[in-house]
Amino acid sequence: MSTRQLTANSRQSTAHPKTVTMTIDGKAVRVSEGASVLDAARQAGVHIPTLCHHEALEAWGGCRLCVVDVTRQGWDGWCKLVVSCMYAAEDGLIVLTDTDRVKLTRKVVLDLLLARCPETPLIQELASRHGIDRTSYQANPEPTDCILCGLCTRVCDHIGVSAISTVDRGIGKQVAPPFHQAPPDCIGCLACAEICPTSCIPYETSDTRRVIWEKSFEMVRCPQCGRAHITQEQARHYAGRGGVPASYFDTCDACKRRQLASTFTKLQVVQGGAR
Amino acid sequence: MRIDSRAAYESFRDEAKAGLAARKKEVLVCCGTGCLANGSAGVAEAFGKELAARGLSVEVGTFTKKTGCHGFCERGPLVVVQPEGILYTQVKPRDVAEICDKTIANGEVIPRLLYKNPADKKKVERYGDVPFYKHQTRIAMRNIGKIDPTDLGDAIAHEAYAGLVRALTELTPEQVIKEVETAGLRGRGGAGFVTARKWKSCRAAHGDRKFVLCNGDEGDPGAFKDRSIMEGDPHSVLEGMVIGAFAVGAHEGFIYVRDEYPLAVVNLTIAMEQARKAGLLGTNILGTGFDFDLRISRGGGAFVCGESSALMRSIEGKVGEPRQKYVHATDKGLFDLPTVLNNVETWADVGAILHRGGAWFASLGTAKSKGTKAFSLVGKVKNTGLIELPMGMTLRQIVYDIGGGILGDRPFKAVQTGGPSGGCVPESLLDLPVDFEKLTEAGSMMGSGGMIVMDDRTCMVDVARYFLKFLSEESCGKCVPCREGLHQMLVMFDALVAGKGSPGDLERIEELAAGMQLGSLCELGKSAPNPVVSTLRYFRPEYEAHIHAQTCPAGMCRDLTAYEIVPEGCDGCHLCFKACPTEAITGEVKKTHLILQEKCISCGACYDVCPTQSIRFFPKHERTVA
Repeated sequence: MSTRQLTANSRQSTAHPKTVTMTIDGKAVRVSEGASVLDAARQAGVHIPTLCHHEALEAWGGCRLCVVDVTRQGWDGWCKLVVSCMYAAEDGLIVLTDTDRVKLTRKVVLDLLLARCPETPLIQELASRHGIDRTSYQANPEPTDCILCGLCTRVCDHIGVSAISTVDRGIGKQVAPPFHQAPPDCIGCLACAEICPTSCIPYETSDTRRVIWEKSFEMVRCPQCGRAHITQEQARHYAGRGGVPASYFDTCDACKRRQLASTFTKLQVVQGGAR
Repeated sequence: MRIDSRAAYESFRDEAKAGLAARKKEVLVCCGTGCLANGSAGVAEAFGKELAARGLSVEVGTFTKKTGCHGFCERGPLVVVQPEGILYTQVKPRDVAEICDKTIANGEVIPRLLYKNPADKKKVERYGDVPFYKHQTRIAMRNIGKIDPTDLGDAIAHEAYAGLVRALTELTPEQVIKEVETAGLRGRGGAGFVTARKWKSCRAAHGDRKFVLCNGDEGDPGAFKDRSIMEGDPHSVLEGMVIGAFAVGAHEGFIYVRDEYPLAVVNLTIAMEQARKAGLLGTNILGTGFDFDLRISRGGGAFVCGESSALMRSIEGKVGEPRQKYVHATDKGLFDLPTVLNNVETWADVGAILHRGGAWFASLGTAKSKGTKAFSLVGKVKNTGLIELPMGMTLRQIVYDIGGGILGDRPFKAVQTGGPSGGCVPESLLDLPVDFEKLTEAGSMMGSGGMIVMDDRTCMVDVARYFLKFLSEESCGKCVPCREGLHQMLVMFDALVAGKGSPGDLERIEELAAGMQLGSLCELGKSAPNPVVSTLRYFRPEYEAHIHAQTCPAGMCRDLTAYEIVPEGCDGCHLCFKACPTEAITGEVKKTHLILQEKCISCGACYDVCPTQSIRFFPKHERTVA
């Protein structure tokens, strides 16, 4: 079976990518097959709000903000409410991003998030843009900035570390390291903190030390510029994945680029190019 | 012994049947979870001892058998003496000697142990004459209570695997699907999706590796039909799954059983081992060359894992959270491979359909809902337990003919069907024929087959709040509308039952419900507002009374209800005095009693015990506390 899959895949990659044509709020848009409705909307310049989506990660469909109505000719006006980040673009699809159902869903989602995170600027702004200045529900007595979009845990998985995850369920769900202790697998890469749309994962970083999730990391200093640019755990993790020695990461990216540039400038330019 | 052909099956079956016929008497002791909890293991043991002591087992060929659940759990432990079919209820180990001496040795019936029909106060001798059983038609539960679930021979003597033999030796996979299509079988897990259509698309799906799964993660409060099937007749589930695997071309399968069902896991495991040894599961099934094997996957206690995509993730070893699906599981299911997932009861129906024919199954039921359906009948009804009836029976027949009416002959108020995602059906719809379409039209659903009967002392706002609480604890928390919405909905309902609702609450509740129905990721979240929406639809004045008048018309919300004794009716029986947990009642025997309002916690215990109905409830804000 695996052989057959491989051939199918290789055939796909060599053939010209197929495209599909659809309309979004009346605008025709052509995207390559496999794109999501959200990708298509962004390409067509139609704004769809999102909170849990990130180009680098697989779509997840948790925040429900990106809902749209989809229909087709011949469905007799029947519409299906879907999340655009996960619904695949199809030929002939008619996407409506401003129906009453879409507006109601977005309003309820933002109203609920504002109740959860009453003091979070990102949510306040987004809610205000949808006409909500105060939540209709009970505001969280212990305000949090975490919207549980799952970006931090998913990026951690994606890097291959999985040091943090969501724990518990329902309203008690939260992002945490195992047993709420300093996570042994964390490499201190800060991807979770960087991707967080509300910047609610605290960390400290200096020339000697970095602290995140209550775990402390020794920094690697670049021998050329002296900048502390990476944790030792990061260097070991990347070395293990990339098949290079950990010392490869001693020099920082900026100095590596500078080195490379100076090497190129010293090269002699051969007329007509080398064969 | 391996059964490697049709002929081998038939001779095995005939031998088992002859063995059964040779038993002159058979004592069936129900050992389902309900009866076990009532002490039926001790009863079975006592039968073994008493019969041996009397030498009866040898002399008259008497045999004691521990069976699965008979369904009439309310009256357990249940004992049936065959072949007469005498039903004894609430049997204690100390009754066993008498049963052996009188009934087994002399055929004499012991009236004391018979079931008394509450309708006409008459004792009923025979199993089949008890109203609870008389109106039932059992297909999925055909052998439960008749067979020893741990004995393959006994199951086969009752035609287990006959459908499998027909499917594998006479039919092609397409013909099997056709038979299920003719039967009109629809998923018994709740949604009622057409089973044959699911199988067809899985059969058509690309790939050599496919899965067949059984959903035994029955988590709805008050539902226990799947449990009884897995415990009492595990072979019916295995048989259905092997047939399904043959139809779709799968060779691997899983039974996902919720962790709270240990007896189901034990009995399924035993059944699987026996079936494997007999050549009915595993490699070269029935000598036909078809391979299919099964494993049990135990749940971890999350309600949401009954949802198909969460169930598959849980089997994969990942966190049991639902995934958004715009592709059917029959194309991309478990491990992203084509998968058929059916409910325990659906699988149990399949063997019978193949054995007796799709047309036979389709002859029962209504136009679009064929066959029979199992329900767990619970709540304020005289006979609670597990029932199976043809689709289309009315709620009135279920509640009054089978259920025996409302406890204490109080007025009927509503019946909640379909578990926490279902809805409440009011009295005006008592003559509603129960099938997939009619329940959905009434704003409820078939769901897991739970039926909770409610009387006039049930507050519908409180009922909705109960289900909201359950669901808010079980929401996985992945998507915003379900996680935050259920929490906020519960906050609003907590205020309502405390008399702290405000005008505009109902509109806010309705908007939130609509947002959750539209926006939630999985069916759990989408259907979570159903109990709210259906009670608002039929019992809106009750909500309004809570908000505008701070009263609970049913007298159940403690913050809104006070009790007092009507002096003219009180005969001083002193029962309320004994029932009160806070010593809030004073009075001497044969003299009028009094409730001390400052001590009363409005639990209603006095109201429930008063034989002269001399306790009345009234809105708390009208009372005067000294």
